[in-house]
Amino acid sequence: MATKSLKKLGNDLAQSNKQIEILSNGIFKSGELPTFKDKISETSQFPIKAKKLEILQINVGYMCNQVCDHCHVDAGPDRKEIMTRDTMRQCLEVIKNSGAHTLDLTGGAPEMNPDFRWFVEEAAKVGITDFIVRSNLTIIRANKKYYDLPEFFKKHNVHVVSSMPHWTRGKTDKQRGDGVFDKSIKALQELNAVGYGMPGSDLKLDLVYNPSGAFLPGDQVAMEKDFKKALMDDFGIEFHNLFAITNLPIARFLDYLIASENYEDYMYSLVEAYNPAAVENVMCTNTLSISWDGYLFDCDFNQMLELPVNSKSRHISDFNEELLEGRNIVISQHCYGCTAGAGSSCQGVVA
Amino acid sequence: MSKPYYDAADLRKFGKITEWSEELGTKFFDYYGKVFEEGALTAREKSLIALAVAHTEQCPYCIDAYTKDTLQRGITKEQMMEAIHVGAAIKSGATLVHGVQMMNKVNKLDG
Repeated sequence: MATKSLKKLGNDLAQSNKQIEILSNGIFKSGELPTFKDKISETSQFPIKAKKLEILQINVGYMCNQVCDHCHVDAGPDRKEIMTRDTMRQCLEVIKNSGAHTLDLTGGAPEMNPDFRWFVEEAAKVGITDFIVRSNLTIIRANKKYYDLPEFFKKHNVHVVSSMPHWTRGKTDKQRGDGVFDKSIKALQELNAVGYGMPGSDLKLDLVYNPSGAFLPGDQVAMEKDFKKALMDDFGIEFHNLFAITNLPIARFLDYLIASENYEDYMYSLVEAYNPAAVENVMCTNTLSISWDGYLFDCDFNQMLELPVNSKSRHISDFNEELLEGRNIVISQHCYGCTAGAGSSCQGVVA
Repeated sequence: MSKPYYDAADLRKFGKITEWSEELGTKFFDYYGKVFEEGALTAREKSLIALAVAHTEQCPYCIDAYTKDTLQRGITKEQMMEAIHVGAAIKSGATLVHGVQMMNKVNKLDG
């Protein structure tokens, strides 16, 4: 189990250009597998163009209390990139004036940003339809200063979306660290206790499943059924929806794929499962990702690969919705992760 | 340089069998796909059956394929191992139940 980020370890793969180099060379350079651009061109879907903005996803910092094996952010306690209140103010201006109906806060553990609560309070006033916080659950139990988070989320009608890799302790702790399963269960029970995830409740609690290794997620509906039964039978836990998300071959997951000699097979699996219908609804077409320092990206993955939006409007300080709409999405081979099978997005399947 | 009879990468080429007999190959893959669809049995149950049979058939390609398939369905390693024991129990039972034939023959010849 990792305890430090790749960045802290000085691993080559902490550099985004090294990751892009790996994704561009080897089996893709030799033509053994088609590049993502070639593949979507077969169905005349190149270039992918941004449609109307619906979701603003803000990464408030890469600091996290966990060091999960497959984290695409390479997040961890040693990451110091944190969004400042000034940048948050700029984000609030954009939220007020944009047509986006969903605000999605992510990290790292977003709750670890010292201005997180201020930001949530201010953002909740703007009157966005769906206000998501991606919480890793264990943060709620990490320190007593976080114990009241379920109440805080409830007060601001936050939609909680939480990672839960499996309904068994063994598989969860293997991916996310020893003790994560028990803490997550406790946190879910506390969220349930204040009304989150209960049938018919407006306090939305959704879980995110991503595979614990070099394989693709199974059918989202079937997985949701299994999760619901197991969590209810074993712990009396309720939740609303399960989002099955594919691991994209970047950062720590890419490092894992290479170290375990699964990289080529995994890329084959993604390419074989390519689904043109998923390309139609891939999340970059209605989402913008904002980094801790205010830069704009087509998605959180491109943010980590430091592939900025293809637009003159590149920073929250010069945000221009009209300019951004219709922009060509920046792609590379990691994009196969969002178009495999039923597709994958931060909201689960797309096709 | 050794040349193994089995190459894991050959599994990806399985679809190519249609190239030398399109009608039969296509019919087979249509049938195969249909068999694994959700039916009176769930796709998950079928995947576990396939994993057990893959072992009794000792097909390395099928073992690779259905280990991955069961993992994708969230099936735990304990469940996977139990499924294989079911196959193994039937295999050993099938061997041992023939012991009755041996006993019958002994009793007839040397009774």
